[in-house]
Amino acid sequence: MKTPVQFRCNGSPAAVFVDGGESLLTTLRERIGDHAPKFGCGQGTCGTCTVLIDGAPHLACLTLTEIVADRDVQTTSGLKRGPALHPLQTAFMEGFAAQCGYCTPGMLMAAKALLDRNASPSREEVVEAISGNICRCTGYEPIIDAVLVASRMRPHA
Amino acid sequence: MIAVRTAPTLAEAASLLRERGAHFLAGGTLVMRAVNEGDTGIASIVRTTDRAFTEIRIAGNRIEIGAGVTMARILAHRDLAMLHPAARLIGGPAVRNAATVGGNLFAPTPYGDFATALLALDARVIVLEGGARELTLTELLAMRDRAPLVSTIVLNRVAAEAFRFRKVSRVKPKGISVLSIAAWLPTSAGRVAGARIAYGAMAPTPVRAAAVERALEGRSLDAAGIAEALRVAHEGTSPASDAIASEWYRREVLPAHLRRLLLGEPR
Repeated sequence: MKTPVQFRCNGSPAAVFVDGGESLLTTLRERIGDHAPKFGCGQGTCGTCTVLIDGAPHLACLTLTEIVADRDVQTTSGLKRGPALHPLQTAFMEGFAAQCGYCTPGMLMAAKALLDRNASPSREEVVEAISGNICRCTGYEPIIDAVLVASRMRPHA
Repeated sequence: MIAVRTAPTLAEAASLLRERGAHFLAGGTLVMRAVNEGDTGIASIVRTTDRAFTEIRIAGNRIEIGAGVTMARILAHRDLAMLHPAARLIGGPAVRNAATVGGNLFAPTPYGDFATALLALDARVIVLEGGARELTLTELLAMRDRAPLVSTIVLNRVAAEAFRFRKVSRVKPKGISVLSIAAWLPTSAGRVAGARIAYGAMAPTPVRAAAVERALEGRSLDAAGIAEALRVAHEGTSPASDAIASEWYRREVLPAHLRRLLLGEPR
């Protein structure tokens, strides 16, 4: 039996019927068609499925979809405004913070959660903010640098 | 197809959990992981919207933490400073926004670092089985494969400076435990009086290091005072070999990390 769930996804109303035990990641990718959050490990280890729920970072693969009923979900797809990239996206692009790019959606959302509550983070705070996100290409340094560069851009909205 | 049941009260959730194949979902870090792995033993997921499940109540020295309180909320609570070192080392921010205190009690080794801290703090749990009853954490851990629903964790407030916690992992800044050690080290006139030490990832569940506790009684926390404690550091342990570390490695490094913790040395 499917269960109806309504929530806001990147500012727009979303209404879906989900299977029992369905994860938010499956709902986003297969029912809403938002392929920005990626399936990596399915165990909460890699962080590439990171989304914001009511502004706080969560792992979509470990989130039962029913839990986001009437709540606000943000993914990387909702970062840019029209043609204008979010400062984090610009900084990642200009700083070569993505190589294969598979971790990037999760990195961006983890970093956005940080910048939304701390506009001028220290390097250590950036490292902590992305400590649940694995990258196997960059060695992390370009990502950390990009987040710090983005923190000096405006706006973060 | 997995059925999802949302119970308005903890008592109703406890009742639903009696059904075959029913699993309780708190933060999702254990149950959803099993669902993703295709665990066919999960027939239904039970969750609750009971507010008591996510409340923190502090009255005098008594602290009651709803089992559904997340690590992030522990870190945001000023009066729970003694628990911050352990909560801070549970995963990254996204995991800490989901992982609950109650769930950590059921996390299989080598996870369960927060439970290790609670064990050294002599925490108790309130379980719902028929009515509510209180168990020691040791009693719960001994029966956790068939444990009833845990509603609340109860502990006494202690001075943060008397409590020490170390998590040893190879990946920095965050990684899965090679082992963890929690120590409640009250002293009287410079001598240890009533220490409680717990290990994580050194047995199938977090365990008290009773021999170490006895060896520290009446001793000072210096090289000579802790020598006997280090000699008996392995008593009661049975670590596993896994992807993080071998049994041999865990045994080898345990005394070194116990020594550093007891002497207050850097890692």
